[in-house]
Amino acid sequence: MFVYVLRRIVYTVPIALGVSIVCFALIHLAPGDPLSAVIPEGASPEAIAQIRAAYGFDQPLPVQYVKWLGHVLTGDFGTSIMTRRPVLSEVAPAIVNTLTLATAAILFGFVLGCLLGVAAGYLAGKPADRVVTAVSITGVSIPHYWLGMVLIVIFAVNLNLLPATGMGEGGSGSFGLGWDSLQYLVLPALTLSVIPAGIIARSVRGTIAEVRKQEFMQTLYAKGLPARRVFLHVVKNALPAVLAVMGLQLAQLLGGSILVETVFSWPGTGFLLNNAIFTRDLPMLQGTILVLAMFFVLINLLVDILQTAVDPRIKRA
Amino acid sequence: MLRRSFLKLMSAVSAVAVTAVTAPDPVRAQSKPGTLRVAMTAADIPLTTGQPSQGAEGIRFLGITLYDGLTRWDLSKSDQAAKIVPALAESWTVDEADRKVWTFKLRKGVKFHDGSEFNADAVVFNFEKLMKKDAPQFDQAQSNQGASYYASIAGWKKIDDYTVEITTKRIDAVLPYNLASLFMSSPARWAELGKDWGKFAEKPSGTGPWMLESFKPRERAEMVRNPAHWDKSRITKSERLILLPMPDANTRVAALLSGQVDWVEAPPPDAVPRLKSQKMQIVTNVYPHIWPYQISYLDDSPFKDVRVRKAANLAIDRAGLVSMLGGLAAPAKGMIDDKHPWFGKPTFEIKYDPEQAKKLLKEAGYSVDKPAKVKVIISPAGSGQMQPLPMNEFIKENFRDVGIDMEFEVLDWEALRTRRRMGAWAPENQGRHGVNNSWAYWDPDIGLIATAASFAKVPAGYNWGGFNDAKADELATRAKETFDPTEQAKVLGELHARIVDEAMWIWMVHDLNPRALRPNVKGFVQAQSWFQDLTPVVVE
Repeated sequence: MFVYVLRRIVYTVPIALGVSIVCFALIHLAPGDPLSAVIPEGASPEAIAQIRAAYGFDQPLPVQYVKWLGHVLTGDFGTSIMTRRPVLSEVAPAIVNTLTLATAAILFGFVLGCLLGVAAGYLAGKPADRVVTAVSITGVSIPHYWLGMVLIVIFAVNLNLLPATGMGEGGSGSFGLGWDSLQYLVLPALTLSVIPAGIIARSVRGTIAEVRKQEFMQTLYAKGLPARRVFLHVVKNALPAVLAVMGLQLAQLLGGSILVETVFSWPGTGFLLNNAIFTRDLPMLQGTILVLAMFFVLINLLVDILQTAVDPRIKRA
Repeated sequence: MLRRSFLKLMSAVSAVAVTAVTAPDPVRAQSKPGTLRVAMTAADIPLTTGQPSQGAEGIRFLGITLYDGLTRWDLSKSDQAAKIVPALAESWTVDEADRKVWTFKLRKGVKFHDGSEFNADAVVFNFEKLMKKDAPQFDQAQSNQGASYYASIAGWKKIDDYTVEITTKRIDAVLPYNLASLFMSSPARWAELGKDWGKFAEKPSGTGPWMLESFKPRERAEMVRNPAHWDKSRITKSERLILLPMPDANTRVAALLSGQVDWVEAPPPDAVPRLKSQKMQIVTNVYPHIWPYQISYLDDSPFKDVRVRKAANLAIDRAGLVSMLGGLAAPAKGMIDDKHPWFGKPTFEIKYDPEQAKKLLKEAGYSVDKPAKVKVIISPAGSGQMQPLPMNEFIKENFRDVGIDMEFEVLDWEALRTRRRMGAWAPENQGRHGVNNSWAYWDPDIGLIATAASFAKVPAGYNWGGFNDAKADELATRAKETFDPTEQAKVLGELHARIVDEAMWIWMVHDLNPRALRPNVKGFVQAQSWFQDLTPVVVE
């Protein structure tokens, strides 16, 4: 097991390096001048050249990449062009905020998805299964932006039960575990949880239905095991697949949803990226995307290790 | 049995969920008397160090709130265009022998928020902060933001503690307008914080009517009243001002309706009936804004022919456009609103007259069957861009009806601005005959002089298309050198009449600057300006 984990960790190094190259290259391939937002109206060519040199954009791309990577490895993600604040000091709180939202959303999604998936798996082929399948497909297909607005209109504007936007009266700095704060989490987390819930429900349903068809199930029943014990066996067999789906969904949610975070003014990575894209804040974009990509790689690593721990057959494969 | 257990579990989870969302305690935040909460359209808090980012909205909320300039806009009246009045400078004179030299007498007894004194040294410090690259306090970020306002300043010097001399690069009667957007930061606070503008941003100190208490990027800025402000008539009526960035228009509306904010900028037109039905105040007023096509005068441009330019201006059903915008716009009769002192007396009347447009196009060799083909750069959104996509589609239909076939190149807002800064002759703009970039005319330079004069082609000014008219040049130069405001307004009126008669651009509508306020927000006077004064506003 230890060797396997070590090997997986070593594999992540070239992956991380590849991710950094792609992230750097993609942003530079995008059209437009990143300095257009900061170059003053009517600036002379000399002044423009000075500003370009100050941000290091006058260097060839490979040189820019190596310098950037060198700084990143020492924890220096550069300075935002627009705000003049260090990128890391902007990204870190945004990631915490997105993590808060993503965790709540994945919990909602996991609970709802598993309940629906197990029900459909056990009732495979019956009307209830078709209803659950229809609900989960709707969940996957529903546009976040629209759902967020609908939930706001119903619960914040019409029923006046939950707040419409933000992270609380005092902002993210005073966000805590009390209802005063958590009420701000309900609508964005519900909105974000719909897709993972749908995907998890479909995945759980398929896996449960598949496991229940296998021969060892007959053996378990034949041995006289109570239904609850049989269910535990079903869960154990279905868990690796569900874990993989959950890991991927959590990693995707960590990327933040530009639309959901914008609709709810949730100051997470999606909101940050949206802002950085519109202002072409290159250091901010690169830093945020790199950190998020690394989270993605890390979560995949953790899921792989967890899957192996739950089902040793995966290691052998 | 398992099925029963499962159903029980489902019921329990549902019950918890329902209880959570129907908790009896109403959760929404309510207005607090004395605290004004504003939802901005910006996605981030503008720079707090003195020269705000985020354009006019930045100046509106983080410029004139925390800081003062040597001059300021008088924003106390809604029935006339905002004028420049003294602020940190009590008065100014121009040297008759050399009209490039100005003397400003500073106001005595003005204190920064940190208690230090405002004087000539502070003015010199702030000019060096923006324009002297080797000064220790030089700040590139603020310099970039202030560049268009200090472009005409060549030098400055302290005469005595309360007198400053400013020299311009050429004779420039527009200087007092520009000084209203050059803000004075406290040298003492900068020194106290280790001469670090990054730290200053978190604890800024100006002389303005509000003092920043705290701010969190992309979330909020909280200001409190400055009880010691030098202008006692502008001591804020509210004790606290909270600014919240909310770039999504529907989110702003929801926040207002659910009681999370008291004031929203730019509600979308289709939300206005709902807001009105909830007794929200919708305030609008004309301001120096125009939604135009800036057009190319290059050889490949059909707009080089004045008949095509006039036809395009006559082809637009502005009343229909205004109706589509829910009434939140006013039809344009030129660059300037027709009640503004700079409107003048143009002879070409801009109106909806498709028959006349067809006639002019026919004279120019075009018809519905053989249309003039033009390509215009547009953006899906942007500051002052209103609702660019449906508006452009509307105009495209109008043009098609008379014999102009318009194609769009849709660019991101910043990319569009970059292409506008390059001029129509830049290789990137080859084959483009117009750019849909909303425009301001808050001062004579940006509004008329530097857009119309041939000596102000980009990058020297804002003349994107290469408009070249000797009479406009002569009037632009005269306006720049006319110091008496009444006389200058007359010259600007003549200049405006000239560019309308030449159909220099295609002008569509003026935005009406809509805002939505909760019913208990009192005291707001919507000035005819991109900036607004929040000092008399109070939440009751």
